[in-house]
Parts: sequence; C-alpha cells; structure tokens
Amino acid sequence: MKLLSYFRGEAFQRGVHPPSNKVTAGRAIRRLPFPPKVIVPLSQHIGKPPRVVVRVGEEVVRGQPVARSDDWLSVPHHAPVTGVVEAIELRPSARGPWTQSIVIRAHAGASQEDLWGQPRDMAAASGDDILQAVWDAGMVGLGGAAFPTHAKLTVPKQAKVHTLVVNGCECEPYLTCDHRVMIEESDYLVRGIRYAMRVTGAVRAIVGIEDNKPDARAALRDAIVRAGTVAEGEIHAELVPTKYPQGSEKMLIMALFGVEVPSGALPLSMGMVVNNVGTLAALGRLLPAGQGLTERVVTVTGPGVARPGDYRVALGTPLKFVLDHAGAVDAMAARQVILGGPMMGQAIASLDVPITKGVSGVLVFRREDMTEREARHTYPCIKCGECVESCPMGLNPSTLGMLAAKREYDLMGSDYHLGDCFECGCCTYVCPSNIPLVQQFRVAKQILREKAVA
Amino acid sequence: MTASIEIRSAPHVSGPRTVEKIMRHVVWSLLPICAFYVFQYGLSALASIVVVTAACLLTERFFVRTGTQAGSLSDFSAVITGLLLALTLPPGFPLWMGAVAGITAIALGKALFGGIGFNVFNPALVGRAFVQAAFPTAIATYTPSLLAGRFGEFIPSSLAWPFMLPADTAAWLQSKHLDALAGATPLAKWKFDGVLAGAGELLTSLSGHMAVGPSPLLILACGAYLAARRYLDWRIPAAILGSAGVTAWILFGLDPLRYPNPFFMLFSGGLVLGAVYMATDMATSPVTPKGMWVYGALIGLLTVVIRYYSGLPEGVMYAILIANAASPLIEKITQPTPFGKSAMTGMGKRRKGATYPLNPGYISREDAGAVTPKKRFLRNKPKKS
Repeated sequence: MKLLSYFRGEAFQRGVHPPSNKVTAGRAIRRLPFPPKVIVPLSQHIGKPPRVVVRVGEEVVRGQPVARSDDWLSVPHHAPVTGVVEAIELRPSARGPWTQSIVIRAHAGASQEDLWGQPRDMAAASGDDILQAVWDAGMVGLGGAAFPTHAKLTVPKQAKVHTLVVNGCECEPYLTCDHRVMIEESDYLVRGIRYAMRVTGAVRAIVGIEDNKPDARAALRDAIVRAGTVAEGEIHAELVPTKYPQGSEKMLIMALFGVEVPSGALPLSMGMVVNNVGTLAALGRLLPAGQGLTERVVTVTGPGVARPGDYRVALGTPLKFVLDHAGAVDAMAARQVILGGPMMGQAIASLDVPITKGVSGVLVFRREDMTEREARHTYPCIKCGECVESCPMGLNPSTLGMLAAKREYDLMGSDYHLGDCFECGCCTYVCPSNIPLVQQFRVAKQILREKAVA
Repeated sequence: MTASIEIRSAPHVSGPRTVEKIMRHVVWSLLPICAFYVFQYGLSALASIVVVTAACLLTERFFVRTGTQAGSLSDFSAVITGLLLALTLPPGFPLWMGAVAGITAIALGKALFGGIGFNVFNPALVGRAFVQAAFPTAIATYTPSLLAGRFGEFIPSSLAWPFMLPADTAAWLQSKHLDALAGATPLAKWKFDGVLAGAGELLTSLSGHMAVGPSPLLILACGAYLAARRYLDWRIPAAILGSAGVTAWILFGLDPLRYPNPFFMLFSGGLVLGAVYMATDMATSPVTPKGMWVYGALIGLLTVVIRYYSGLPEGVMYAILIANAASPLIEKITQPTPFGKSAMTGMGKRRKGATYPLNPGYISREDAGAVTPKKRFLRNKPKKS
C-alpha cells in the first residue's frame, strides 16, 4: 500500500497513520432521545457570542431563535427542544471556564418537531439570499473548528473563487459522523454543495474523501448522478490517500491539486473555499425548510462505550445523558472523556458539559486503556528524527521542543516557523521518547500571541 | 464519578515506537554480527564482548544511580555502546584494557554530557579513541581469524593482568606456524606493504587467516533489516558509502597505481560497520533529512582522506567523531523548508500525479490571473527557459 502511494505520488509529504478504530462506520445514524434539560452555551463558535432574546420562564418551540447578534462573526442559536427557559446562567463549558448559557427544560411529551421554520424557494434564491439564510440558520463549521459558515462562504471583493473543496476526509481515528452523513444524507449534501457554489461563485466542487471510505464515495456519486446536470457547475467525488492529517484544508488541497497554499494565506488566495461535508449536508437540509441548526450527528465511541455509534443529538444535550444512552461501560471506569478525535480532541473535566455545534465526537477511554501510556517513561530527545519525518508542515519539532524546554519562544517563532504549526499532534504521536512536543508548542504559541498583543 | 476523570492535552493516543524498542531492535540486529565475530576469533572475542559490555553497563548503572545522567539501564543504549565498542577492538585486546575502554566510553562519552540523547560524540568511539591513544600497540595488534582451536584457548594477549602489558603474540603465532604478517589487517597490509586483499575475502571475511572484522555483507544485511523497520536512517549509510566510494573512485581514476580501487576502500576495515552502526547513532547525527546527507558525505570524504594521507591505516573513527562535532552546525544550515514557504510556492509548481488542475479550464485567463497569488520574493531565482 505504501509502495503504491509512492508510485502514485504521495498526497502530501510526511504525516502519520494511526490505527483508525472506526468501529462505528458500518452502523446507521440513530436518534438520541431528547434530554429533560438542554444547556445552550452562547459561545459555541469562533467570534462574539450572540445576545439572548428570550426571558426566563418563556415558552420556546424547537427551532425558535433564542440568541441573536448583528455582529458579523457571530451566529444565532435556536432552541433545540420545545420547552420552557428555566435559567440563563453560568454553566461549565468544554474549554473549562463557566460560560453564560440558556437552560431549557423540555416539555415531556412534546412532539419535538421543528415548528419554527418558514420554507423558502431555494431555486429562485440569489447568492446573497442564501448567505443570509446560512447566517440565520446559525451554521458553523461542523468539522470541529466551529467557524461561522457564512463568514467562510463570503468571498471578498478583490478575490475570486473557482473551486469549492468539500472536506470529507475525516482523518481523525474513531470518528465516523462525516462518513455516515455522506452515506445517509448524500442528497442533502449535494444540495448543500449547490447552495455553497451559488454563494461563492465556484464553477466546480470537489469532494475529497479518504480512500478508506469507498462506500461514501459510491453513495455520493449516486447522489450526484441523481441530481443530474446542475446549473452551478460540476461536482466530483474524489478519493484521496488515507493519512493523518489529510483533513487539514491545506493538506487536502495538496492532495487534490498538488499545490502548496502559501504559509499564512487562506485557500481563498488560490481561489478555493473549503467546507466540511457535515456543514454542507446540514445546509442542504435546513435551508429549504428555513430552519435553524438544532441538532447534529455525533460519534460516541471509544473502548469505554458499550453501544458505540453515530447519534443524532439535540444541541445542548449534556454529555452525561449521551453517555448514559450509549452505555458508557461502568461510569466509574471512565478515565478520560474527549470531545472530538483522539489526535486533536479536547479532554473535558465535567460530564455536565453540553454537546455544542463543533463537537464531532465523544470518546471515552477506560482506566485500563490509559495504563500503557502512563507507564511510558519520558526520555530526553534522542534526535531520532521521527518527528521531522512526520510533521506535515515540514517543521523541525525536535529542535522546537528543545527550544521550548529552554523557553526560547521568540527564537521558535522567528527562526523555526512555530507559527506554521497547526497542532495536529503528529510529532507527539510518533515521539519514542514520549516528549509532549505539541503541548509545549501550544504553550509557546499562546505566549507569543500574548506578547504580540502586549 | 466526575472526580475520576482526567484532563490531558491532545493527542490522546501515541504511536508504537519507544526508545526501549528502538534500542532493543538495534541490539537484536547486532547479535548475529557478534556471533560471527565469536565464530571468527573464538573464546577471546566472546570474552572481549562480555567484558566490554559489562563495563559499559556497570558504568551506566553507577551514573544513573548517582543521578548525574538521564535514562535508565533498561533502555539498552549502554548495551549497544558495549557491543559496538567490542566489535571495533582487536579480538586479542587485553580484557582489562577493554574494560577501561568501556568505562571511558560511558563516563566520558555519555555521562559527562548528561546521558542518553545529550551526548555529542558517539560513546563507543570516544572509548575507542581513548584506548587508541593510551594503548597504541595493543590496539594495532591483530591476530588472524579462523585459527584452529580458537574455541579452546584464549589469544594470550587477552589475559594480561590489569595494568600489565600483554605478551607479544608473535611467539604464539609462530607456534601456530604463521608469520607475524598474518596478523595484519588488510588495510595495514595495503598501507605498509602494498598488498591488496581479494574481493571475496573482504566481503565474506571467511577465507584464509585474515585479520578482519565481521563480514561486511552480514553487517549490511543486519543494517538493511533495521533500515526497513526504520530503526536507523538509510540516508546516512547511503551517503557515507556513496561519498567514500566516489572519492576513492576519482582518486583511483587519477592514479590507479598509488590508490587502491574503490571496492577495497568500501569493504576493508571498519567502514561498513561505522557507516551502518556508528554514524547512524541518533543522538549524534543530524535530525534533518538534508543534514543526514551532508553528514554522511562528510564522513565518507574524511575517511578516505585520513586513510590515504595520514600515518594511520584506519580513519573511520576520526571521521565520524569529527562529523559528530559538526552535526549541530550541519543541522542548523539544513533546516527543512516548511509547507507553503518554499520559494516555488504559488509559482505554478505542482506535485506530479495531482488529480485536478489548479484552475478549471473553463475559467478565462483574466479570471485565473485574478486568483493566482502575488509573486513572492524568490530566494533562488529559477533559470529562464
């Protein structure tokens, strides 16, 4: 396999192949019951949190906007359940600090249908109309970064976009939510791609799918054929080699087009916009109905989960509720709960944290899964060069790590290109000395950012 | 129950490689070579390997226990040092001198710098350099391999009392009906007597009573195993052998009478062992791929220069030590180019085999001009075609 990719030309240089553990790939998405209480944090995305537009004690229906903002880098939130606003108060968040959240108690026995939306005639909608609709739907990138989708789809005046790249790589181990969405919601996805093409003015859309998901590509191709000739341009589904971090947008562009996006520049500078499949599938589902984003598909998996699978979860569902339903094997044995994938995901401290728009997976490791890692001794760097051979950005993590240990943060930034690090974690993954490289780089980047502000 | 949850920073999984695993694999791959060495020289070689390795381990244990050095005994790195050091010493090297070499290797070559990962020079070669300076006669005294009865008796020099000089092996050799010249290495024979050894003898180390180390073919095979499992970087041996071969070939082409053929240069002496096992020591070689080529090329070149022009028959050791010293500098000037920062980024250079053209063909040229990024400053101006 490796030899084959050598002859085909590598997708991008370096990278790693962690065991994929995608056990839930073959199982259909199931709906999780609605929890008795949902917690909607105001800050679920990159950018300013919106203002609350409901009062405590007010009845809300599912899909009704509960928070709204006119700020460009901000999106509205919609009530995920029909119920009554119980409180607007500080609640724990995944990032750690408590944040302002709207707590809604669900009406027992409510049908929980989306009652709010006003259907739109999408065939007649112009690009600007769609952009406004995307904003109103409260869409953010569902791949994990949670960047407001309308801002990402907006093309500045001086730039021109010819290609919409759709990211269906899902290179993180364990996660399968995008995979299932591509199979089960391929028609929505094609529809969402068409909307995004209309907004950006792209004349072709290319869906990049890692070659461990041939069924997703087949489903998508069928959907493209079903859609027939579309006015917006061509849509292709393409397989790219399976490799972590293929899902990084610059790596995907390298795999598809063979060009490097210049350091510090956006794909926009190459005339491209990259979006996640989950985001576009949600657009295809929500926009015609005029609804807001109230639920998402989350992969609940890991060795500590008895019934792993992809679940359609109402936003704001507390993790405890999710894990109880997925059968977190003996909650006492749970040692680590991670939001996102194992390579870049975030370990959380409390099970009261709700599912937010950017959560693609919940991963539970048991105590026994951690013992082998904990038993590992941390050696000094033996300069084996594995990290240099695995860094997709072509940095030198070995030297960066030694500089970080000496707190030479400025030198790291100026001479060793620390700013190009996107914290994929490949260096830490491969390090035989068990040095927490990417963790040190995060600290260093944060310190440099603070210095730049000061 | 929430109390039992732990927070860690991503990534939450780790790869299968550990320092112990790397070192263990290197030790395993060295075992066939040691076995061959024992087969060549019998009891004395075995005793030498055991004593030198034990000296390294004891010294390592002392420094780890006293806390002057990082790492632990279980990481096997001291075993590698011991085995390699024993393989570079003559089989009849007095055992007490071997122990001195082992102690020096770890104490001066490794512990002094702070232990595993911090050493600037290859510890085994530091030990060998020390004994080469301290015991010049003993280290130049080789005995022929494959002698009859080698498994029943020691080479007499092995058993010299500590701090006593060994007995002369010439008398012992005469009792075996061999002349003193038989105890010279092929390199020494060429350097001082102008006699070239044959290709087959050099490659297999099996024919005749040559005073040679383990077969280069065996070493290359063991190295290939390590390289295939990526426990050593193939670039370094490739660069060393390539550069030594090319330098020797050029000199041979200039004056075939004075200089030996490149084949002799590559497969005599310790060049293969040095290239595969010594120079590839991770801590003392550059981490950057480009740097590895420079480093290897430097070793190959220096080896040939020392062998041809110095008073010593063998130059691999000093070549590697000099390159070790140069390795931080080499690393500094061969840093990898980050993604998106190469001079050709955005200039239309594309990876071969990419699926799609950058711009769709149905976009007009003016439109395409609007999206290609501005030209960047070029460090290396591309040639005009």
